[in-house]
Amino acid sequence: MKRALLPLIIFLVVVGFLFVGLNLDPREVPSPLVGKPAPAFSLPRLDNADKIISNKDMLGKVWLFNVWASWCGACRDEHHVLVALSKSGVVPIYGLDYKDTRLDALQWLAEGGNPYVATAVDENGRVGIDYGVYGVPETYVIDKAGVIAYKQIGPVTEAVLRDKILPLVKRLQIQ
Amino acid sequence: MIPEIGHFALILALIVALIQGVFPIIGAARGNAVWMGLAQPAARAQFLLVAVAFICLAYAFATMDYSVTYVASNSNSKLPLQYRIAAVWGGHEGSLLLWAVILSVWTVAVSFFSKHLPSAMRARILGVMGLISVGFLLFMLSVSNPFERLIPAAMDGRDLNPLLQDPGMVFHPPMLYMGYVGFSVAFAFAIAALLGGELDSAWARWSRPWTTLAWVFLTIGIMAGSNWAYYELGWGGWWFWDAVENASFMPWLVGTALMHSLAVTEKRGSFKAWTVLLAICAFSLSLLGTFLVRSGVLTSVHAFATDPRRGLFILAFLVLVIGGSLLLFAWRAPTVGRGGKFGVVSRESFLLANNVLLAVAAISVLFGTLYPLFLDALGLGKISVGPPYFDTVFAPLMAPALFLMGVGPIARWKQATLPELAMRLRWAFGISVATAVILPLLLGHWTPMIGLGLFLAFWIFATTANLVYQRLRGADQPLIARIKSNSYSWWGMVIAHLGIAVFTLGVTVVKGFESEIAVRMAPGDVAHLAGFNFTFEGVTEIEGPNYSASRGHIRITKNGIERTLINPEKRVYHVQNMPMTEAGISPSVIHDLYASLGEPLDGGAWSVRIYHKPMVEWVWFGCLMMAFGGLLAISDRRYRLKGRTKPLPENATEIST
Repeated sequence: MKRALLPLIIFLVVVGFLFVGLNLDPREVPSPLVGKPAPAFSLPRLDNADKIISNKDMLGKVWLFNVWASWCGACRDEHHVLVALSKSGVVPIYGLDYKDTRLDALQWLAEGGNPYVATAVDENGRVGIDYGVYGVPETYVIDKAGVIAYKQIGPVTEAVLRDKILPLVKRLQIQ
Repeated sequence: MIPEIGHFALILALIVALIQGVFPIIGAARGNAVWMGLAQPAARAQFLLVAVAFICLAYAFATMDYSVTYVASNSNSKLPLQYRIAAVWGGHEGSLLLWAVILSVWTVAVSFFSKHLPSAMRARILGVMGLISVGFLLFMLSVSNPFERLIPAAMDGRDLNPLLQDPGMVFHPPMLYMGYVGFSVAFAFAIAALLGGELDSAWARWSRPWTTLAWVFLTIGIMAGSNWAYYELGWGGWWFWDAVENASFMPWLVGTALMHSLAVTEKRGSFKAWTVLLAICAFSLSLLGTFLVRSGVLTSVHAFATDPRRGLFILAFLVLVIGGSLLLFAWRAPTVGRGGKFGVVSRESFLLANNVLLAVAAISVLFGTLYPLFLDALGLGKISVGPPYFDTVFAPLMAPALFLMGVGPIARWKQATLPELAMRLRWAFGISVATAVILPLLLGHWTPMIGLGLFLAFWIFATTANLVYQRLRGADQPLIARIKSNSYSWWGMVIAHLGIAVFTLGVTVVKGFESEIAVRMAPGDVAHLAGFNFTFEGVTEIEGPNYSASRGHIRITKNGIERTLINPEKRVYHVQNMPMTEAGISPSVIHDLYASLGEPLDGGAWSVRIYHKPMVEWVWFGCLMMAFGGLLAISDRRYRLKGRTKPLPENATEIST
């Protein structure tokens, strides 16, 4: 009897781990950039290519940096969340238009609404590499000192916004 | 309207499955013939209902009904018809429906080909399969409904993942699922035997053809998947130890052990408890594979559907099915007799050793697959174990297993002697050692791994040849009569074992002697690899039905003589804007010449990767031989003799795979 119980016991141990594993997100890869200063960039703005936008412009305030592209399907899913957030005025959102064409990007914002204070155009994806972007969309929370506090891989959902990003933003704004 | 009919058919199927799962099992316990008799009509009705649901979904895809969420997410009006149909199983909900359809196909097959079984046994088997079906139908209807409506309807669909738009998608998943789900039959037989307390050799004989058939499908399914990855991913690899590949490989390993263990149980009455445990494990690993793929517990290229609620449902289902059956096993197995005794050196011992090696291999693959999850769950950080782990662990386990494979079929049942075996196998041993030493030197270089691989491959060739020679020599009959005098199942074993040798040879040579280069090539540039000249003649732009492609032209010459022209492509699928690589391959028995396009560079140049893959086709051909051997074993005439319940006589020496 005892020996015959062994398979069952092994199985139950595996189930225990699987259960814990269900609540872990395999995509939640700790970014080496969290806790480090946001990589510097200075890029042309989407609405006006003659104007330059740089990460230094945002020093002194907490901001979201959202990497997006008009060719990205998942960006469509998060777009209404971002638009609603920008209307609430809680935190400014800046965009990084990643490996995109200007016309498509402007068309996209005209159709879906523009949640961004400003969008930087990263046509060849150079800044994306500095930020370690490995899938669009990605969103960074950057604090007043210009340090990355959080990185969201994949779309910002209402749940992520409510449970992770907004509490963090509030905490950082008080500091 | 049609999707609603499909949805309704699924609901009816669930009710029928409940009837099929509950009444026959209770009926068998109480000896109620009417309740037991419900199993067969219920199995057939369930099959019809699930088939109707499947056809409704296929119809929605064929007619581009984008008011169905699942269709809108996995199809597009530009998608060619064959892929629109294959897209039925291109996502989570549809693959579950395919699972359910295939389960009902197996169930209905059992209901037709089980007339010779005692009625209680048959009722229990169909009942267990009905209960499994309840789980899957409930899963679909609660959290993964393929017929869910999208209101308002989408203008067009989001398209099938371009990675899946390939002829491989049409064959690979159905084959793989036929194998996965086919182990449910062996599982149901085992549970029925435990419930009824009738673990005898008749039970083993009945489950053998079903197990072998499922194994054949699984072998072909895995082979097709590996071949698909080879030409579609463009890295020249054919096995990645990806979590999902492992999920199909673990049931294969245990299924292989099960086939051999069933042979011993049938012929000798030994290993009964062990065989039952293997039958439970083979199907449990299939279910676990489904869980791993569908729950999002592990990241993998295949995990296109993730939802924690779904994960929780499957986990609960796993606990019920696997936990329940292991509990039943713990309760009933100790009452099973030990079966015939056998000596330390005997065919039983060799088969048992091989069984244990296969099971340990499956456990080590399971461990490697789940290890990252374990560490993460314990808060020890995120890591991934890749091919290094699997290669290190797998080779030392498989080497002795392959060696024993050469000895097992030659050894006598019950009691063999080492000196006698050594006498019979000394030539085979000498030949394979000599080949392992000399052949690599002729081919270029020798390493311990190449030597070991070649030794094992030729060891199996030589011992199998010895076995066939001993069986066919002597006697006055003509050769053809002597060939016929051996059973189909024996020949099936011979061919499947030779398939393993062919496979091992292919793996060893391609791993040991492959070469590759990555070069920047402008039109007119020539690259050199393995004695061949690859001339890049530029790219042309072409339009596919739903993609644009840059098609490269690479002319291959050797010593000034033109050999072939290959056309690797870089495609961009319009809807999802996703780049895909189609490798250009010139396959042959000796080697594959393989090229894939990387990125376009300045001035019409491209980065190109070129591979020379000696004998890589042997890997897949070996798998086909194994599958063919399995089919031959199933077609053995003793399975067609209905109602034969007498075990084979004691002195029977044949064994089939």
